[in-house]
Amino acid sequence: MRFGRDWQEWRLWRGLEYVGGLSKLAKDTARSMATQRWEGAQIVYQMDVLGVQSFSIVLITATFMGMVLAIQTAYALDAFGAKLYVGEVVAISMTRELAPVIISLMVGGRVGAGITAEIGAMKVTEQIDALRAMGANPVRKLVVPRLVAVLFFLPLLVLLADALGILGGYIISTFELQISGRFYFSHAFRMLKFTDVLSGLGKTVFFAFAITLIGCYNGMTAGGGADGVGRATTFTVVLSSIVILISNFFLTKLFLAL
Amino acid sequence: MEPFLEFKGVEKAFGDNRVLRGLDLAVGRGESMVILGGSGTGKSVLLKIAIGLLAADAGRVLVEGEDVTDLSEPEWMNVRRKVSYMFQWGALFDSMNVYDNVAFPLREARVHDENEVRRRVLEKLGLVGLSRWADVFPSDLSGGMRKRVALARSIVTEPACILYDEPTSGLDPVTADTINRLIRRMQEVLGVTSVVVTHDIASMFKVADRVAFLHEGVMAYVGRPEDAKSYGHPVLTGFIEGRSPDESET
Repeated sequence: MRFGRDWQEWRLWRGLEYVGGLSKLAKDTARSMATQRWEGAQIVYQMDVLGVQSFSIVLITATFMGMVLAIQTAYALDAFGAKLYVGEVVAISMTRELAPVIISLMVGGRVGAGITAEIGAMKVTEQIDALRAMGANPVRKLVVPRLVAVLFFLPLLVLLADALGILGGYIISTFELQISGRFYFSHAFRMLKFTDVLSGLGKTVFFAFAITLIGCYNGMTAGGGADGVGRATTFTVVLSSIVILISNFFLTKLFLAL
Repeated sequence: MEPFLEFKGVEKAFGDNRVLRGLDLAVGRGESMVILGGSGTGKSVLLKIAIGLLAADAGRVLVEGEDVTDLSEPEWMNVRRKVSYMFQWGALFDSMNVYDNVAFPLREARVHDENEVRRRVLEKLGLVGLSRWADVFPSDLSGGMRKRVALARSIVTEPACILYDEPTSGLDPVTADTINRLIRRMQEVLGVTSVVVTHDIASMFKVADRVAFLHEGVMAYVGRPEDAKSYGHPVLTGFIEGRSPDESET
């Protein structure tokens, strides 16, 4: 009984310690971005690694997501004889919810795991200590370039996913549902408002912060050699996914209220 | 001799393991101090406290008479421009080639003239016999070569003090001798203060002006290397002779 209470207290303490550490990293990152020179070459390199190299995963995910959404929507709407309105549902679902969340989960898994693995390997081989020992700020060198790259690229990738998802819906509408492309697009864009796209993109800014900071923090606090880096990497994927899914609910409420 | 680096009553524990227990040590300006001690006795911990990579639980650390114990991370940056650290396993950046690794501290110190950076990097790589390896990445180097690159990186800014963490461990005797000579040369030519953590007794006799023996969290002996064996501390004597204390008692 006593052991169980101790264990719970220990977990609570570790949880609070984690949140405190993550908050401190967020504060240090904001301060570094505001007061220190940015590493231009590193930012460009990270944009390539974290952004450009995520294009293929977005291309496949978004296109097939749009296609599946069109099939399922048509199946459901057919019961009411409203199959023709598949364009509206695909466009709004993709821009408001599916593209921001699914792409953030996919990119978050890929990018967040990569960040933790790389920084964690640096941590256990004392490279982060070496940065500090040579008078360099690890937050400026490691966190800021990755955060800027993800903040810049995640909204772009989601915008691309919006377009590809709608295109996927068009493919199914035309070749399987026998709805003309012109009709599909006119309906898709008739209902779609600029604020739908904007609310989806707004979410990705928050998701970009969550993915990068969790990835960097778990890497910078990794310990225990290769095993520790592996555990930190897994934790990044799990935690960033949970944060994206839960925060999406509150962000959806917020954007609907605005 | 005016002290460059001082530890006063330094304590450090990791959980229940009290590694340093009120340690006192003063390293003079331009002196070469070798710190001996068994594995896990806290030698590397002491060096990391000296450069602010770890914080002491109690006690004070002074660099050039200035108390640096409670400095914030940005304030440590100024100390780290004067005191450099050579890591035990090199800690070279995997993403950079040898040249950029050695150039890194210069660029961080805002040496903007790339010709000057190039001159100093190639000079230091020449000193450790690696001029031809400038374009190679650390993953393609042997352990000993990585260590020599780390040494070049630690001396490239020509700091006032260099902390060497096991600079010769794992090296062949010839390379180890080259490193020892280089440490001596840095001290004699540039007046660099050296603190060398090592297990290597041959290295100790070549490098040390004074030796400090770390045992059970305090300095059990501080003095000239040639007097260490006759000092009468059984663990230190065993350490120098390469025998365990139990063996010397039987």
